[in-house]
Amino acid sequence: MATVALENLRKSYGKTEVIHGVDIDIADGEFIVIVGPSGCGKSTLLRMVAGLETVTSGEVRINDRAVNDVEPMDRDIAMVFQNYALYPHMSVFDNMAYGLKIAKVPTDEIKKRVDTAAEILQLEPYLTRRPRELSGGQRQRVAMGRAIVRKPAVFLFDEPLSNLDAKLRVQMRLEIKSLQRDLGVTSLYVTHDQVEAMTLADRMIVMNAGVADQIGKPLDVYSDPATEFVAGFIGSPPTNFLQAKRLGRHIEDGAKIGIRPEHIRLVPQTETDLAGTVVYSEPLGAETLVHLKLLDGQDATVRQDGALPIPAEGETCGLSWEPASEMVFGKGGSRIRS
Amino acid sequence: MAGQGGMVQKRGSGLWLTHLGLIVGVAFIFFPIWLAFVASTVDQQAIVRPPMPLLPGDKLIENYTRALTSGVNAPVATMLFNSAVMALGISLGKIAISLLSAFAIVYFRFPGRTLFFWLIFLTLMLPVEVRIVPTYEVIANFGMLNSYSGLILPLIASATATFLFRQFFMTVPDELAEAARVDGAGPMRFFFDILLPMSRTNIAALFVILFIYGWNQYLWPLLITTDPEMNTIVMGIKQMFPSGDDTADWPVIMATSILAMVPPVLVVIGMQKLFVRGLVESEK
Amino acid sequence: MEKRVTFKGIWLPLLLVAPQIVITAVFFFYPAGQAIWQSLFIPDPFGLSMQWVGLGNFEFLLSDRFYRASFLTTAIFSILVTVVSMGVALYLAVLADRLIKGSGTYRTLLIWPYAVAPAVAGVLWLFMFNTRVGVVTWYIGLLGYDWNHVLNEGEAMGLVVVASAWGRISYNFLFFLAGLQAIPKSVIEAAAIDGARFWTRFRTIVFPLLSPTTFFLLVVNIIYAFFETFGVIHTITGGGPQQATTILVYKVYADGFVGQDLGSSAAQSVILLLIVSVLTVVQFKYIERRVHY
Repeated sequence: MATVALENLRKSYGKTEVIHGVDIDIADGEFIVIVGPSGCGKSTLLRMVAGLETVTSGEVRINDRAVNDVEPMDRDIAMVFQNYALYPHMSVFDNMAYGLKIAKVPTDEIKKRVDTAAEILQLEPYLTRRPRELSGGQRQRVAMGRAIVRKPAVFLFDEPLSNLDAKLRVQMRLEIKSLQRDLGVTSLYVTHDQVEAMTLADRMIVMNAGVADQIGKPLDVYSDPATEFVAGFIGSPPTNFLQAKRLGRHIEDGAKIGIRPEHIRLVPQTETDLAGTVVYSEPLGAETLVHLKLLDGQDATVRQDGALPIPAEGETCGLSWEPASEMVFGKGGSRIRS
Repeated sequence: MAGQGGMVQKRGSGLWLTHLGLIVGVAFIFFPIWLAFVASTVDQQAIVRPPMPLLPGDKLIENYTRALTSGVNAPVATMLFNSAVMALGISLGKIAISLLSAFAIVYFRFPGRTLFFWLIFLTLMLPVEVRIVPTYEVIANFGMLNSYSGLILPLIASATATFLFRQFFMTVPDELAEAARVDGAGPMRFFFDILLPMSRTNIAALFVILFIYGWNQYLWPLLITTDPEMNTIVMGIKQMFPSGDDTADWPVIMATSILAMVPPVLVVIGMQKLFVRGLVESEK
Repeated sequence: MEKRVTFKGIWLPLLLVAPQIVITAVFFFYPAGQAIWQSLFIPDPFGLSMQWVGLGNFEFLLSDRFYRASFLTTAIFSILVTVVSMGVALYLAVLADRLIKGSGTYRTLLIWPYAVAPAVAGVLWLFMFNTRVGVVTWYIGLLGYDWNHVLNEGEAMGLVVVASAWGRISYNFLFFLAGLQAIPKSVIEAAAIDGARFWTRFRTIVFPLLSPTTFFLLVVNIIYAFFETFGVIHTITGGGPQQATTILVYKVYADGFVGQDLGSSAAQSVILLLIVSVLTVVQFKYIERRVHY
C-alpha cells in the first residue's frame, strides 16, 4: 500500500517539452485515471512513474521516497500494458511467475500466489496454455495476474482495455474496478476513453497537450470543468460552445458560453430570443439527441428525454436553459467565474 | 473455377503437358545424382568399359565401406567428421556472435554503436574468395593451418546473420522488454529468458542455411588443409583423382560424392519449411 | 528505426559486440587491408623484400593479355550461368505454379540440389562427360559427336556453365515460385477475362510483376557465378584448356597460390573487391527500395 506524489514533473525530448509540470498527491488505495486525447502525454506520464522513461525535472515519490533514479523493478510497481506484453513462449503460469522467479521467491510461494491470482481471475483452466491460445479477454486477465502476483504497492495500467471489443471492455472495466477495490492497491490508469475514466476513477487527471488541465473527482470535473478543453472532452455528446458576443453578452473578446446538451430545453420559438433549425434528431430510446443549426450559423446539440416529442427536421425551435448551468470560458480556454 | 497461384487453371492435355514439363525438369536435376549413385554401386570394371549401366549394381556396401574406412588419401569417415566440425563450427559460431552483437546494437546505446554497425555492414556479402592470400597469411602466422579453428574462424566473419537477427529484434514489441524490466529482468536475463526463446525459429532457419554454407566450403579448406587427415569431404573428393594418367577409382569417388551430399540434403529436406524461410529471409 | 526501450550500460554492449568485431577485424579488415597494401608492391625474385610499385600491379594487370582474357571469360561465364539457371528455373516455376495440386511435391523434388556443393556438382558432371568413361560422352559419341572438353575450349566452357547452373536452379526456382505465388490471382483472372491468352498474360502481366524477383536473382546469381563457382572450375577444368575457363576468382588462386605472384594476386583481389562492392551497393539500393514499398 502506498502513496504516490508527482511534483512539478516535466519531460523533454531534446528541446521539446512534452510534459509541462504535473503535480498531484495520490492517497493510499486511490484509483487515479489519467485521461486525454492521443498525444497529450498521458502515457509518458505513466511511464515516468513506472521508471520506463527518465524524468527531465521534478520528482516522483512512492511512499515518500524519491524514485527518479530507481530501476522499475525496485519501485514496487506492476504494470499492465496496452498490448499485454505477454511472453509468447511462456505458459500462462510462467508469465505470471517470471517476475517472482527473478526476485527469487521460493517456488511453493510462487505457486501459491499464482494460483490465488488465477482463482481471482478465473484463469485456473488455462495455466498451462500459451498466450496465443487465449482469447483477448483471457490475455488481458493474464496481464492483470502478472501484476497481482507481485503484490506491488502501485498498479500502473496503460490503456489496458483498448484492444478489446466493446462488450468485453465493459465487463473487464467492472472487473478491474472491483479487483482494485478488493486489493486496495493504489492505481494509476491511463485511457483515452472518458467513460472508463468516469466509471473507474476516484479522481481523474485530464491531460491536454502535456498539461494537467484539471484534477478532481469525476462528477466534480463533469459538473465544474476548469477549462474549455475539459468541458469539451468530458461528456458525450460534448458541451455546446456558443460565442458570447452572438448571445448579446459582453464578457471579453472571444469568450464562449459552454452549456451541456442536457441542460438545454427546446421551447416554442416565441418564448426565447435564441432559435435554431433542427438538422436531424437521433432517437436513442431513453433519450433523444437533437442537432440544430442556430439562426446565426452556430451548431448546438440538445439531449432531451426520450418521452418528449421528437421535433421534425427543418422545424424551428427555441432554445432555453437555466442561467446557473452556463459555463463561461475566456479566449484562452480558461474558465471565467463570476 | 479459379486457377491456383497465378495462372488460370489448366485442364486435360494442358495439365498433362505441365506435368510432363516438370518431370523433365526433375529428371534433369536428378540424372547426375542418379548416375553417381549407380556408379557407387558397381565395380570399377563396369565403369571403365563404357557405357556404364544405368541401374544400380550389387557393390553398394563394399564400395561405401571401402570409402568410409580407407578412401584414397584418408578415410572418408574422417573427412565427414571434419566437415561436420567445420559446418557446425561455422553455423553455431556465426549464430552465437551475431545474436550477441545484434542484441547489443538493437537494445543498447553505447559509444561506437553506429561505427560498429557499419564495420559489420561492410563485411556483408564480401566472400572469403576475395581475400584468400592475406587471410591465408593471417592463419599461417597464427599457426592455424590444418586446424579446425583455421577452417572455421575466417568464415565466421560475416554480417548476414547479424542483420537477420537485428531485423527480427526490431519486430519484437518494445513492451516485452519493458515488461521484463518491470519484472526485474536485467539485460542478459531478458536476452536468455525472452529474446532467445522467441528467436528459436529464426535461429533454426539460419542454422540450415549456414550449415549448408559451411559444409559446402571448397576453396578455403583446399588452401589451409594440406594434411589429408584434416581434409573436408567436399574438397577431399577432388584430391581422390590421381594426377597423371592413372585411372580414377570411380566407385569410391562416387560413393564419396554421395556421402558428401547426404548430410546437407537431409538437413534441407528435413527442415524444408525452415530452410525456405531462412533462405527468403536471409536475402531480404 | 530505433527501439524505444534501451538497457543502460556501456561496457556490457561493448562486451557483446566484441567477439564479432574482433573476428571481423582479424579475419576481414586486416586481410582486406593487407590485400590493398600488397597490391602496391612486388616481391623481389627471392621473396626477401617488397618493392613499392604504386599502381604498377594494376597497370600491368590491365594491360596483361591473360588478365583481360580472364575478364572476358568471367563475363561470358557469369552471363551464361545466370541466363541458363534462371531460364530453366523460371520455366519450371511457371509450370509448377499452374498446378493446383502437387506444386509442393515438385518443390520438394526440385529444391534439394541446393544442398549439393558446387565442387560436388562439378565432380558429378565431370563424371558424366569424362572423356574416357563418361556416359553422356559415350552416347553422344554414338551420334557421331566427339566430346572432349579437355581439349576443346568451347566444350569446356559449356560444361562448367551447365554444372554451375545446374546447382543453382533450385535456388532460383524457389524464389521464382514464391514470386509467382505472390501475384494476386485476381489480376491474372482479370487479364484472362480480358481475353489475354497464356503467353500474352505471361508477357504483359506476370513477368512485369515478377521483375523485382528477377532483378534480385540477377544480382545474386552474378555474385554466385563470380565467386562460388570456384569449386566447379577447379574440379572440372582447372581453368583450362588454355585458360579458357579461368574466371577471375580462379586466377586469384592460380596466381597467388600456384604461381606465388603475391603482388598481382593482391591487385586482383582488390579489383574483385571493387566489383563485389558495386554489386552489393546495387543490391542494397534494391533492398532499400523494396523495404519502402
